Amino acid sequence: MKHPARTHGLDLGDLEPAPSQVFGAIRLIPLLRRRVLGDLRLDRRRLRAAITVVGVDGDADDPTTAYVGFIPHALVVSWEPDGRPVAAQGAHLGARHFGGKARHVQLLHRMAKRVDRRRFRFLPQELALEGYLQLHFGGPTVAWSEYSAEALRRGLSPRAERVIPGASIDGLEDALRVFEIHPDQVGVMILVADVLAGVTVFPHPEDYRALHRALLLDFYGDVVLRYGLYHPPADLASEPTTIPRSLDDLRAGLAAERAAWRDHTRLFAAGLVDVPLRWQSVHHAGPFTLRRFLGDLDPGRESHIGEAIVRDDGTFEYLKTFRLGAAQARRAWLLGRLAEGSWSLDACAEAMGIPRAELIERLAHAGFGYLLKPHVLGEAGVR
Amino acid sequence: MHADRTPTPAEAAARVAHEDLLIFINACFACTGQREFYSDGHQQTVAIGFLHEYIRGNYRRLYALCLAAGINDYNRGRILVELLVHAGDVDRAARREEGALIAAALAELPPPRAYRVLAALRVRRVNNRRARAIVREYLDGRRDLAFDAVKYRGKLRALARHAHLRLPGEVGSFVAQGWKQRRYATPLFDAFRRAHHSAEAIYELPYTVAEGLAARMKIDRAVFLERIAGKMTRAERMRTQESARRAGAALEFDLAAAPLTRLALHVLGLPEATRRADLERLDAAMRASARRALERAPLRLGSVVCVLDRSSSSAGSEEKRRRPLAVALATRYLVEAASDDATFLFTPEGDGHPLLLGPSGQTDLATPLLGALGRGPELLLIVSDGWENDPPGAAARIARLYRRHLDPGRRTAILHLNPVFEATELGPKAIDPAIPTLGVRDAEDLPTLLAFARFVDGALGIDALEANLEARAAAMLGRHARRRARGPGADDARPAEVDEADPVDEAEDREADR
Repeated sequence: MKHPARTHGLDLGDLEPAPSQVFGAIRLIPLLRRRVLGDLRLDRRRLRAAITVVGVDGDADDPTTAYVGFIPHALVVSWEPDGRPVAAQGAHLGARHFGGKARHVQLLHRMAKRVDRRRFRFLPQELALEGYLQLHFGGPTVAWSEYSAEALRRGLSPRAERVIPGASIDGLEDALRVFEIHPDQVGVMILVADVLAGVTVFPHPEDYRALHRALLLDFYGDVVLRYGLYHPPADLASEPTTIPRSLDDLRAGLAAERAAWRDHTRLFAAGLVDVPLRWQSVHHAGPFTLRRFLGDLDPGRESHIGEAIVRDDGTFEYLKTFRLGAAQARRAWLLGRLAEGSWSLDACAEAMGIPRAELIERLAHAGFGYLLKPHVLGEAGVR
Repeated sequence: MHADRTPTPAEAAARVAHEDLLIFINACFACTGQREFYSDGHQQTVAIGFLHEYIRGNYRRLYALCLAAGINDYNRGRILVELLVHAGDVDRAARREEGALIAAALAELPPPRAYRVLAALRVRRVNNRRARAIVREYLDGRRDLAFDAVKYRGKLRALARHAHLRLPGEVGSFVAQGWKQRRYATPLFDAFRRAHHSAEAIYELPYTVAEGLAARMKIDRAVFLERIAGKMTRAERMRTQESARRAGAALEFDLAAAPLTRLALHVLGLPEATRRADLERLDAAMRASARRALERAPLRLGSVVCVLDRSSSSAGSEEKRRRPLAVALATRYLVEAASDDATFLFTPEGDGHPLLLGPSGQTDLATPLLGALGRGPELLLIVSDGWENDPPGAAARIARLYRRHLDPGRRTAILHLNPVFEATELGPKAIDPAIPTLGVRDAEDLPTLLAFARFVDGALGIDALEANLEARAAAMLGRHARRRARGPGADDARPAEVDEADPVDEAEDREADR
């Protein structure tokens, strides 16, 4: 089935939010799924190298573009085409493919790769991040004279971004430790000081239980780090306005309170549910498609990027999102504006309604000064 | 009671004293300074340490009386140390009362803990006449000092040196020289000496001493366990069940004789397959143990509904593994034995036998609370760590609204028992102020806790609490006097109101947790 390339927000569909659990500044909202098919399962492979290099473009062993990063783990997806539950869990994969001895640098072919007929592996989060990093990666398409020779020859390479490992976020480890996992739980929304840091969904409750603590190995945007030091989340409980006359009134109140959690969750997830998203399919396997998405990267709003395994009927079997920091969103947005104006500084400044010097200054502040020739920077007063 | 006028300073002071003391006693029911699911051991120690200092500094007499309040041994030991270390500015009469309480409480403590309290005198550099007299009196009251000298040799030696004790008979030279002395007339001392050369003599020693020597002599674990079995206390035998099974040794062990909460911990520690296969036997043992607990501390209840929390957090911590769940389970059996009309609601609901349940899932207290209230019982007991999250605060609201609007006359008494001491709150975490919360370490303490609940409920004031503590203290002193009248060695025939058939067992149970 063809999945749409653009959607308005994420439709969490049959994922049912349960009341959140708060510990310190962290709020975790469990996502439950009542009917689990079980024909797709995830398994984690730890990568033990300090640095992993993934060939993104070109020949497998001699890539023209490579993605380099600290990648803590890979996920292996096992699936059955006819909807039967997956039986053997990660049986014969083992250290033959990766893992094994600890190395300093590990080379992997491509972000998503078929392992055998019923399995493929991918690098969680890196897939989405790479989608974000490769935006306009080629650099200027027209050789305007303002651009440095380096920028024209090599584009934006190397393009680097900083992410925060979950372990550095104040209180996240404790919050994950004391979190009480629901029996039907397949996913979780992580909020830090009531700001959405990410959503994770796994295909099966067992996968979730196994990978719950691995959420600490995930990456989060730098905003989240700072928000973690802020005030504890709000108390959402509200006192009833009417006096109960019987136990039935109390029962009705409890039911209403449970229902209210759906609205709370929608409110928390507004930055992900109510924005336009652009999708790209990365890998197909039977009825499942591994896809990644980018938000609209508007620096004035929350920006999320992410990846998902989507079933033919549109339900999410796997989902992981990453919240970009404001600076990261701004960089992508600036590149987008430049690309729209065919990389002409004048056209772009005009379209944005700002003086050319300010655009140059903004580019320099966003870390793209290296794209421009020194005298161009000097002209805008940037050293 | 002071709602319509401003309380006088005296009334206000009484109220503050009442609340302070309740916080303290409540903390002393549950806290053992060990790590909990939601807080680490250091936080726990700091919090309980503060409470002890605060209460000792402000309400010294009441603090001493708390020794008889039925609090756990960890805190009794702590009170004893605090009282002995801070002995100054207490007047003569007060000192006499305090001294008697200390001696009585010390004698009732399990020996390892009592010795540890006395050893603290050395660490804290306390060496006054009263302290030395208390050490002497304690050792005089021991049933078999030679046995103590072997089992607690290091502690006894340190104590003898610190308090300048003249130990009777060969005990003095034994603690000083140990196995290096050539000849002992006391058979146990001689066995200890021989055990350093001969593998046979090991089996005449207490288990804990023999274990180290056996390891040094590289005796096969299975052989050792089977032969030492006769020298093991009940708790030791219970504790080594699993390691004996792994080593391939068979240890006879009477489940039903174990204390209830201890037994629940043991059952929960068994692999699920074993529990399933042995279900009938384990269930019968739990019932028998509950009946025995009630024989020692009688309790009769009317209609009861228990809401028992078995969520993930009831797994406890590495130091208190599964204790919250074990307390819930033990409460279930105790209440079942004490009432003809009891209902039990686990949350999350489990299918199958209660002994097959494990800790898992979220904490939904609201649903079972509504279910329980719907049955209109006389007593509603909630055993939970108080962290409700599905939805958060819902049970609190329900309890509050129910109390205020649906049952202001208190037809249903609600009591929350919390096996977890919350360091940041200096007490067990409450679900809501509308429900009195009591800390609990062993489900067997339920009769004491129910009696104490009246004070927490606000129905009785500080005078009643003080009178109650005095009565309990008098009872404790009476027990001690009777014990001394019978002479040393009378602990084995202790009166029925003192629980714990085997003090050594109990002590080691508690030690085993750490």
